[in-house]
Amino acid sequence: MDFGNYLALIAPELLISISGLVLLLVAAWVGDSAARPISILAALVLGVACFMVGPALFDGASGPDTNAFAGQFRADGFAAFAKMLIYLSGIACLMIAPAFFERLGAMRAEYPILILFSVLGTGIMVSSGNLITLYIGLELNSLAAYVLASFLRNDGRSAEAGLKYFILGALASGILLYGMSLVYGFTGTTDFTLIRAAMTLELSTGALFGLIFVLAGLAFKIAAVPFHMWTPDVYEGAPTPVTTFFASAPKVAAVALTVRVSLDAFGLQADAWRQIVIFAALASIVLGALGAIGQDNLKRLLAYSSINNVGFILIGLAAGTPQGASAVLVYLAIYVVMTIGSFVAILMLRDADGNYVENIRDIAGLSRAKPLIALILAGMMLSLAGLPPMFGFWGKFVVFQAAVQADLILLAALGIAASVIGAFYYLKVVKVMFFDEPAGVVQGRSETGHWVLLIGTAIIVSPLGYLLTIPLGLLADRAAVSLSLLP
Amino acid sequence: MLQTIAFYLFATLVVASAVMVIMSRNPVHSVLWLILSFFNAAGLMVLVGAEFIAMLLVIVYVGAVAVLFLFVVMMLDIDFASMRAGFVRNAPLGIAIALVLLAELVLGIGAYRAGALILGTPDGTAAPLLFESNIESIGALLYSRYLFLFESAGIILLVAMIGAIVLTHRERPAAHRRAHQDIGKQVRRNPKEATFNASPEIGKGIDL
Repeated sequence: MDFGNYLALIAPELLISISGLVLLLVAAWVGDSAARPISILAALVLGVACFMVGPALFDGASGPDTNAFAGQFRADGFAAFAKMLIYLSGIACLMIAPAFFERLGAMRAEYPILILFSVLGTGIMVSSGNLITLYIGLELNSLAAYVLASFLRNDGRSAEAGLKYFILGALASGILLYGMSLVYGFTGTTDFTLIRAAMTLELSTGALFGLIFVLAGLAFKIAAVPFHMWTPDVYEGAPTPVTTFFASAPKVAAVALTVRVSLDAFGLQADAWRQIVIFAALASIVLGALGAIGQDNLKRLLAYSSINNVGFILIGLAAGTPQGASAVLVYLAIYVVMTIGSFVAILMLRDADGNYVENIRDIAGLSRAKPLIALILAGMMLSLAGLPPMFGFWGKFVVFQAAVQADLILLAALGIAASVIGAFYYLKVVKVMFFDEPAGVVQGRSETGHWVLLIGTAIIVSPLGYLLTIPLGLLADRAAVSLSLLP
Repeated sequence: MLQTIAFYLFATLVVASAVMVIMSRNPVHSVLWLILSFFNAAGLMVLVGAEFIAMLLVIVYVGAVAVLFLFVVMMLDIDFASMRAGFVRNAPLGIAIALVLLAELVLGIGAYRAGALILGTPDGTAAPLLFESNIESIGALLYSRYLFLFESAGIILLVAMIGAIVLTHRERPAAHRRAHQDIGKQVRRNPKEATFNASPEIGKGIDL
């Protein structure tokens, strides 16, 4: 075993864990007054980690050279693509948090550290080449996430969100572990490549059950119907910066992990899981859209929107081709930008007392009080709905294209039809902001950091984002090829 | 032969005591059955030659269960007087379990000395151990092949610890801290400053 090579391959993980430990010591000695500097340092660490995964991303690294620790860890182009998204969204969540928590008097030095460790876990998830690595990454990410969800200890909703997330997350871990033990029992290995090799013939009932349980556990983590019920409550109850984090980094990681497990470990059994994925995709699109209609809390609405978007992502996975995987990555990249932009816009809305506004009624007539925020939020909503001039359309377009080319024309048609339902509630938000009588609730100035992030995401989501289609598509194609999709 | 008998004895008791864990109405009894079940699982591990895991089961799980036991006793309102009342009535069951455990000990050690059961995969026997004892083998694998996973698992435990502290640790508010005894301040007090006469109007109080 060549440990030098291995350590070079896990360099981003090493960097994040060591700096997490050092910053933890700083937090312990200096206390909560150091929370802001620690957040900045943590964001810098993630920035350096971005540069570390850069080469693997641009070269589309693949093959046995990217395997560390006997294939347990894979630093290939696919992982690099997902990690880049994860690190960037981690930086965004570190940027928006201090202002929010300081206003509530709850900023603690542990916040950036927990974000760092959660990001570390998501990085391990997307790099996993073994069921054990998968589970360890997932638990590392989830454990930090449970704590982050109930970070506002004195807020009942936050505590409830944390507890709900913890109990349902533990249940999902149990389902996942049960599936993994069945897969291990029927294939005799936990390594993805060897599982793939062992699952060439027709699946035995036990192995099929294992596959279904593993996919069910992962579906919980990506919040796909029918395992979505925790999402609205957790997204609503958790502090908004934490919700932003939940909707971005762990979502990217769980989707990328699902793609890797389905196409790599279970890649030769696509017929066994395709119908499950198709069902979850359509159910997520429809339920996400229908559930959002009655909501009057913006964060709850965005939670249903994330369920809805996961449905579209799963359509790309259902294609089961490298092109489908590439479409999933493109969609993820655009989705992360849109979701961070929407949450930052919500985070910038405060009433006269400095309380955060989350109710749809309170943003009525926002276009007159805060024209720029209203305009950008409207842009995000139209983009999430997938209306053509906005960049969000491109994500849906590539996903449907992949589905059509994989002869899933009916699925694509149903998906497009169902996305019309979703357009209703996105347009409702736009209507409330621009055409309703002003509620006059939103007042006060917003932080510069939030503006920077909001305008940055707005530029990407705007039609200018189409300049990115070619490089994004190229990188995603390279990343998808590195998944080692043997025939 | 001896191993097979020992295996069936341990396995039966694991299942039986696990059933009793969920069947008994008294939480304390449940915990006791759980301990019995862990001991028997440890016996099974000894039979297949995994002494290290057997020891872990006993030390970690039975130890953890002892703590759990304490929690149960602390948090639930259990009438211990009524439990002690049945001592004579329950003595035969207790003695029977003690005898079974003794028999298990003898059988287990005997079976272990006669050679462990050989477990294998469907297409052959299991891989041979790297070292003489399985503790050494586990250690060698944990720090080479599974180094990354082992260290990551360590970070998971660290995150769990940070989480527990973040969610429960509170700075004492300043008002609360002032209520602590300050002996110097008490000694410096003199009666002239500490007491005064006042004659408040009827129906009105005084500010202290």
